[in-house]
Amino acid sequence: MTTNGNAAFDALGRKRLGIVVAGSLTDGVDVRLDDDTSVEDIKVGTLVAIEGERRRFFGQITDVLLGTTDLGMQSTPPDVSNSFIARVIAGTTAYGAIKVEPTLSIGGDSRSLANDGPLPAKTVPAHFSSVSPASDADIELVFGKEDERHFWIGSPLDMETKLCLNVEELAKRSNGVFGKSGTGKTFLTRLLLIGILQRSKAVNLVFDMHSEYGWQGTSEKSSSVKGLKQLFGSKVAVFTLDVDSSRRRSLLPDYVVRIGYDEVEPEDITLLREVMDLSSIAADAAYNLQRHFGKGKWLKSFLAHGGRDSIKELADAIDVNANSLGALHNRLSRFERFGFMDDQAGHDSVNEIIRYLDRGMHVVLEFGRYGNDLAAYILVANLLTRRIYKRYMERKEAAAGDKAKEPRPLVISIEEAHKFLTKELAGQTIFGTIARELRKYNVTLLVVDQRPSGIDDEVMSQLGTKIVCLLDSEKDVTAVLAGVSGSSKLRAVLSRLESRQQALAFGHALPMPVVVQTREYGTPEFYKSIGHRDGAEAQEKSAKDVEDLFGPGS
Amino acid sequence: MTAEQTVKTPARLGEVVQSSTAQFVASCHRLYEAPALGTLVKCGNGTIVYGVVADVRTQSIDPGRKPIAMGGNDESEEAVYRRNPQISRLLTTEFTAVSAGYKAGGRVRRYLPPLPPRIHSFVLQCSMEELAEFTASMDFLPAMLSAPVGHPDDMVASFLRLASEAHPDPDAFLVTAGKELSRQLNGQWQRLNGILKRLSS
Repeated sequence: MTTNGNAAFDALGRKRLGIVVAGSLTDGVDVRLDDDTSVEDIKVGTLVAIEGERRRFFGQITDVLLGTTDLGMQSTPPDVSNSFIARVIAGTTAYGAIKVEPTLSIGGDSRSLANDGPLPAKTVPAHFSSVSPASDADIELVFGKEDERHFWIGSPLDMETKLCLNVEELAKRSNGVFGKSGTGKTFLTRLLLIGILQRSKAVNLVFDMHSEYGWQGTSEKSSSVKGLKQLFGSKVAVFTLDVDSSRRRSLLPDYVVRIGYDEVEPEDITLLREVMDLSSIAADAAYNLQRHFGKGKWLKSFLAHGGRDSIKELADAIDVNANSLGALHNRLSRFERFGFMDDQAGHDSVNEIIRYLDRGMHVVLEFGRYGNDLAAYILVANLLTRRIYKRYMERKEAAAGDKAKEPRPLVISIEEAHKFLTKELAGQTIFGTIARELRKYNVTLLVVDQRPSGIDDEVMSQLGTKIVCLLDSEKDVTAVLAGVSGSSKLRAVLSRLESRQQALAFGHALPMPVVVQTREYGTPEFYKSIGHRDGAEAQEKSAKDVEDLFGPGS
Repeated sequence: MTAEQTVKTPARLGEVVQSSTAQFVASCHRLYEAPALGTLVKCGNGTIVYGVVADVRTQSIDPGRKPIAMGGNDESEEAVYRRNPQISRLLTTEFTAVSAGYKAGGRVRRYLPPLPPRIHSFVLQCSMEELAEFTASMDFLPAMLSAPVGHPDDMVASFLRLASEAHPDPDAFLVTAGKELSRQLNGQWQRLNGILKRLSS
């Protein structure tokens, strides 16, 4: 034990932070810092390794404390201008301490190291075990190396090591990216999409509200960054609702999506209740209208009714309140301003999307100018997803367990999720169903949202992996951490994230919660690291390929 | 003679006149020539007992005859002694040393000796080397802090300051000692603070 201020090292030669002095499995262990470790150098969220007697533990610093062995010292503080007294009491009478939550442990024997890897900690390290910052090798051991299943998303706090996410596991369940606006949710989501694209069998369908994933996004630092289509041209198709906006951004979309009035169902209207400010009676009137006019025809026929008298007559005929029906008519006439809505029946957007997905292409649906209209976003996302999901369900059932015939796993990314996964709506919408039914039908969600408290608890609890940037509101933090073990400690970590490029990641795809310093997106090094080549390089590469194939001089 | 000089030239200081396991009293050979507070002294043959000077006093040899003021007509203190040569014979200087450890079979132990030194054992001042050897570990502190003497804190502070001179880095030695003190005096902040202030000034 160090007593005279000399730096202490553990068995592996790592600089020691301190030793375990107390603790419990439920509350985490108390670590008394060595004399030469200053509390000011400690950061909450840092990963540490604890060298127990027979096992090695990994955990996260969840709290930093100042302790004194003598309460009298608090009422009559020492004369710290006397450097001798200050040096003597630092680390002895007045000391720093940290709380560590040991989440994983690994046996010291070679079998555990080779086969099992780290497992959830079911005990705590023995008294006076040495605690040191996790090394690069520890991070690799815990989170895995960058390989065909692991995607590099960033690095742990204050470290250069690559922190990887098991993307294959990630794509198996629904996931969430949360954080208040401006904290880097979009960048993080772009990274995850690239990860899924490169490292898993799943395909992405992105409902791209602000047209920032497919083609050219903007970052706060540099003016523009490349979108998925620019990086993985052959694997990504950009669909658009607003062809003018795409052209303005010199993007040639692969497909222009049109929605027929016949495709809108009363369920879609229920979902739009909040954004369109409709009463439940008005929204439910859509069902009466469908009964009256018939499936597929109700919306067009209803919108054709003009004038108060005509609406009143209709209200009497279908037995609903005339004012409510008037309100519904009034709101739904907004659909006529949506350029993508079409009188013609028989649109093939859903089939087109599925055709692309089946070929292993990732589809980004840009909303263009309609992205600013939440009603349009919710309507289209819900309508398309419902039908895609139905198709997946049929095909999955038809495959009857034959893996080869099953449709490709699909990850649907949605933004502003709190608008259609609210407590009231989650039970009724397709997104609620997907989130709850997990991967039964090979469809999962990637929820991107800034207000997680608005999302139904059940949906939140079903999200496999959550990646959370800074959140301010208490309610949001509580919602994100609900049902997570050790949530009170993670709360301390979460509330102290930096406002940019930092996120707390926890859940299924990671063996333990970790603070991630996310990778810089949009730099030439980044593009290179994900295998993208710009014009000249690509030409060189293809020339080399030709040479390799046909010999020099061909 | 300064404390530093006496430490550098080990000298015989006196003889043990009273002895117990925890402490011993020595009578100085010459009046007023006692070691300074906190000096490390040793006595005994075979088993060497180490003591730290905790108290020094000069008094009348005969407890029944108290010294009285005699220099009413003298110019200086020296003149009083010159005019009354018997004074030096009637007074004696004694010091109390706390037993801090012992050396037997070439090994230093920093706790109470099995037996106290014998009466008339010569008491010698320890050399710098012995002081460094004795203070290589801080195990002597608990016994010294709880010694049944008047001012243990002053004794400890004086001893540590003298001992620091025997180490290559006196400052580091004092910090190490201070940290050990803070462990020993856990819960006694005022006392610890007092000793630390003495060590730093």
